[in-house]
Amino acid sequence: MNQNYTTVAQKSSSVLATNKVLRNTYMLLSLTLLFSGLTAAISMFMNMPPMTYLISVIGGMVIAMFVLPRFAHSTAGIGIVFLITGMLGFGLGPILTMYASLPNGGNIITLSLAGTGIIFLGLSAYALATRKDFSFLGGFLMVGFLLVLLAAIANIFLAIPAMSLAISAVVIMIMSGFILYDTSRIIHGGETNYVLATIGLYMTIFNIFISLLQILGIMGNDD
Amino acid sequence: MDDLNWMQIVSALALVMFIVILFPATLDKLKNSPQGTSQEWMSFISVLVVILLFIAFLISLV
Repeated sequence: MNQNYTTVAQKSSSVLATNKVLRNTYMLLSLTLLFSGLTAAISMFMNMPPMTYLISVIGGMVIAMFVLPRFAHSTAGIGIVFLITGMLGFGLGPILTMYASLPNGGNIITLSLAGTGIIFLGLSAYALATRKDFSFLGGFLMVGFLLVLLAAIANIFLAIPAMSLAISAVVIMIMSGFILYDTSRIIHGGETNYVLATIGLYMTIFNIFISLLQILGIMGNDD
Repeated sequence: MDDLNWMQIVSALALVMFIVILFPATLDKLKNSPQGTSQEWMSFISVLVVILLFIAFLISLV
């Protein structure tokens, strides 16, 4: 009997911990997205050159891969997450300026933002409501991501618009899978660090937004 | 190829670097990820089809 009580207590404390990670992740994610929006607006206002995007993305990714894991378990990790997301937002400035200058650029940016929000919220709600375990996607998503990176390298030199379109569509599919995978990891206790969970989800949102911009930009300017 | 500029070269090098860094983690995930059932894969594919239809809808609005 005592053993049953212990098991129930352990389960409920595990559920509480999971809920805490989820709540902190979504709170930090909301704040970082707002901060990115602010730095993107500053970058647009300062009329930064296109190379800003490249420098910011490379810098942000390097910090995310090499610096963040060392500080993820301390409060400094939160500051580093804001640094990364602020840099990525700042890098978005020139891209948004370029799209805003297109004839229907405002429409493309608005639709990309709304589309990204709907995809993220829809997939998160699906993973949270069904509580399915998507851990089986791990290997598939990583291999898919590496293949997309290889295709992206090829297309830097080939510059085929149809290939850009296909790569962007595949990136959205893979990032959608990562949203399910990451959310299910939090739900099932596979990710207990909300700093790392936040940066993972932020990257998926960032990539979906950039890819949607590219798809809608190409399809909306075919005349 | 004549228009190849330093930004393209840096982009390509950065992507190569990411592939090299992510490769060991990919191998690890491939070895240690659990196998999904056909039902689990079908539900994932259904989600992807919905996303594709949604993107097509967004394109129709541009």
